[in-house]
Amino acid sequence: MKFGVVRFPGSCDEIDALLACRRFGDAELLWHKERDLGGVDAVVVPGGFSYGDYLRAGAIARFSPLMEAVIDFARAGGPVLGICNGFQVLCEAGLLPGALLPNRSLRFVCRQVQVLVENPDTPFTRACEKGDLLSVPVKHTTGRYYAPGILEEQVVLRYAPGQNPNGAQDDIAGVCNIEGNVLGLMPHPEHAVNPLTGSSDGSRLFESVAVPEAPASAERAGVGVVPAA
Amino acid sequence: MSGSATARHRELGLTDAEYEGICDRLEREPNAVELAVFSLMWSEHCAYKHSRKLLRELPTEGPYLLMGPGENAGVVDVGDGLAVAFKVESHNHPSAVEPFQGAATGVGGILRDVFAVGARPIAVLDSLRFGELDSARSRYLFDWAVKGIGHYGNSVGVPTVGGELYFEAAYEQNCLVNAMCVGIARREQLIRSAAAGRGNLVVLLGARTGRDGIGGASVLASAELSEEDASKRPSVQIGDPFEESKLIECCLELLERGALAALQDLGAAGLSSSSSEMAAKGRVGIDLDVSRVPLREADMEPFEIMISESQERMLCVVEPGRLDELLEVCERWDVRATPIGSVTGTRRLRVFDGDEPVADMPVRALVDDSPLYDLEPEQPSEPLYPEPPLRLAADARAEETLLALLASPNVASKRFAFEQYDSIVGSRTARRPHQADAALLMLERDGGSGALAVSIDGNGRRAACDPYTGAAEAVLECASNLACVGAEPLGLTNCLNFGNPERPHIAWQLTRAVHGLRDACLALGVPVVGGNVSLYNEGGEGPIYPTPIVGMVGKLPDPAAAPRLGFAEEGHTLALVGPFAPALEGSELEKLRGRLARGLPRVDLQAHADALVRLRAAVREGRLATVHDISEGGLACALAECCIAGMLGARVSAAAAGEAELFGEGPGGVLIAGPPEAVDAVEGAEVIGTVGGDALEITGVLHVPVAELTRAYEGAIPGALAA
Repeated sequence: MKFGVVRFPGSCDEIDALLACRRFGDAELLWHKERDLGGVDAVVVPGGFSYGDYLRAGAIARFSPLMEAVIDFARAGGPVLGICNGFQVLCEAGLLPGALLPNRSLRFVCRQVQVLVENPDTPFTRACEKGDLLSVPVKHTTGRYYAPGILEEQVVLRYAPGQNPNGAQDDIAGVCNIEGNVLGLMPHPEHAVNPLTGSSDGSRLFESVAVPEAPASAERAGVGVVPAA
Repeated sequence: MSGSATARHRELGLTDAEYEGICDRLEREPNAVELAVFSLMWSEHCAYKHSRKLLRELPTEGPYLLMGPGENAGVVDVGDGLAVAFKVESHNHPSAVEPFQGAATGVGGILRDVFAVGARPIAVLDSLRFGELDSARSRYLFDWAVKGIGHYGNSVGVPTVGGELYFEAAYEQNCLVNAMCVGIARREQLIRSAAAGRGNLVVLLGARTGRDGIGGASVLASAELSEEDASKRPSVQIGDPFEESKLIECCLELLERGALAALQDLGAAGLSSSSSEMAAKGRVGIDLDVSRVPLREADMEPFEIMISESQERMLCVVEPGRLDELLEVCERWDVRATPIGSVTGTRRLRVFDGDEPVADMPVRALVDDSPLYDLEPEQPSEPLYPEPPLRLAADARAEETLLALLASPNVASKRFAFEQYDSIVGSRTARRPHQADAALLMLERDGGSGALAVSIDGNGRRAACDPYTGAAEAVLECASNLACVGAEPLGLTNCLNFGNPERPHIAWQLTRAVHGLRDACLALGVPVVGGNVSLYNEGGEGPIYPTPIVGMVGKLPDPAAAPRLGFAEEGHTLALVGPFAPALEGSELEKLRGRLARGLPRVDLQAHADALVRLRAAVREGRLATVHDISEGGLACALAECCIAGMLGARVSAAAAGEAELFGEGPGGVLIAGPPEAVDAVEGAEVIGTVGGDALEITGVLHVPVAELTRAYEGAIPGALAA
């Protein structure tokens, strides 16, 4: 199992994501100027401020050469995880519905929150049960998810009652595409893989992708699709 | 001397005698470019004209020291082949004029100081001072300075892991924004800033040069603030954290490849100071061609190019044979790299505009031979500062007093600020703000063992009462914060924020404070590895409180064994340790009662230093769950903070619970809690109660539910801002 972690100029959490992935498999960085994913089995688009994010979060990164390959990989069913800025990039790229708006407070917020697993049937949450509570930090200025008409089964994670840090619609913290192979979330699971730094609950997402799946869900998850080069 | 030149040098902040001094050293009158360069290099900000002699008294030797004062940042050895670089620096006047960019570029500047020595920045801490929150100006400065720090630190991917924040009327006009950065490097990757190798190329890295920040060091940083400061906004630089993040990665890759002979950041006075300081340290000369400098505006004059303080630029020296490699790495990171000059043997800084020479100055005159002034200290016979307004009646009940103290912005929760900072990026942060007295940064992912503990502290009001003791206490407070997590101090950095040193009373404050720092450092055996001095911090209403800020870095073997500041478990025994002699002088309670003491109780520095060694040993046993240093608001507020952080009450029996015992302040007191046998094993621990219940109860004195403590403590600053 090999993860590829995207590195844009201005990414901040790419090494954190890389280290988190390496707890569960091989992992390497993917440089934004490349057009080849190097045969990875899953892609993580990490947090940060890609290309400075001076225009609109994720708006420039979406056009990087590497993202063309990520888009092809996702369309072919490959698992793609977008964290924070990565979520914003995936929305901009049209791989996920909706958009992320500035927090209601109009301020950056860095805080440990509880999130509720709503949909355990994705490649990223299959190590969880519906209703599991995960303690994971958020840190963002532009995390208020907005997607009129989103389907309930696309809601993968919700902030626990009273914990919504940004005013997101229906407390939505993470969503997947209709096919289920692309997940975007504002909380940072890569910063919750070690009890010493606050929590290890985020491990469950990486574990879900890395651990060979049970035969029952094999077809649905779409793992094993050859990535487009 | 011509009349026009006279007027010009005064406009640039030079005295007539200084102008004469320039003429002597050049053996002629300076031209306009040279005068501009000298005015910056001889400014207080760059030349430390009034503080350099005094600073020589600070101890700068220690067992872990790798690089001391004089380099871009101080560096200490943390074992396993790793070195830690750190420094604190002020950005006060830019922040008072434009708080968002002023604070943001303060962070940017201190990051560059740290990666200029080859270290990857891994943490930022900040120390902030504003006027009282009932002032609209102070709310504006506070709100936007916090946003600015967050904007830069968050975007560049370096966690802001700690800091401190006080509100006092003395900072109403002249707020303080001090930023500290901590970086980590393999020892062999450290680099110095001394230019070396005649014929080597001088290459400018990073952003284009514009007209922003022209004269920042002289016009802003070395003069008092006044009513017309809005017109100084063009002197404040604009930050671009994206450019900085590329510059960090690019420089670190160049250093890893060993491609650079020297590296230096461009800070105050821009190209002038970076080139002349590199040349001075290397005992060489540098020729620069300003026509090659990439510009934002085409029509900039040579003097503007030389003194621009445009951000996100670095200057490096590279052997000609490695230029292609350098350009290739820069291309990969999309970082602009332009050879703009070369190292010479002349020991002169020569500036050309194409083929035309526009300046030619001896490096020594610019850097080492700048004027030095003696301070003329005189102890004031009258109070320098007005007493603060009365905010709490003298006959308030103990419960009322406790809640008022917790809601006083100096004691209250700083969550409003620290939640706007990314404190966790980098996966090193084992203790975030409000979890322990010092932030912890694990070294495992850098190939090291254990963790760093970092803290920044200083209490201007106490220093106003007594500059010597106030400064010494700032050192003790930092060392105590480190001891509370079991860390041994390795070195400290300081930022001395004072008023106009030409005034005898300010000179006295500065002198006394430096002596306090010196004596506390000697007692603890901790060297000063570098720092910064910010003078002329005065508004229309007088000087700021003398504010020596201390940043300290320590190391501990096992972050998993480090206690937290919150109570952990019902039934834990609660005890007091340390040489604690609380007094109301200089306390937050005294402030609320509208008084400002003159003088603080004497502190036996050696006794405190010894007690901290014992505390550190006790903490390292790993059996104490809670350790919290008693500071603002005294014992009662420290107890309340443990309750709030742990969401647990405590029952405390206080035999002598007078006002001074409950709310008095002073160094040395530490609360510890843990299983009874763990607390009993701590030498000198005085058991004062038990953890448990949902209220803080001090027998016969007060009983307040934890929920009520939390409301007062957490609600104060957001409430003041919403008002």
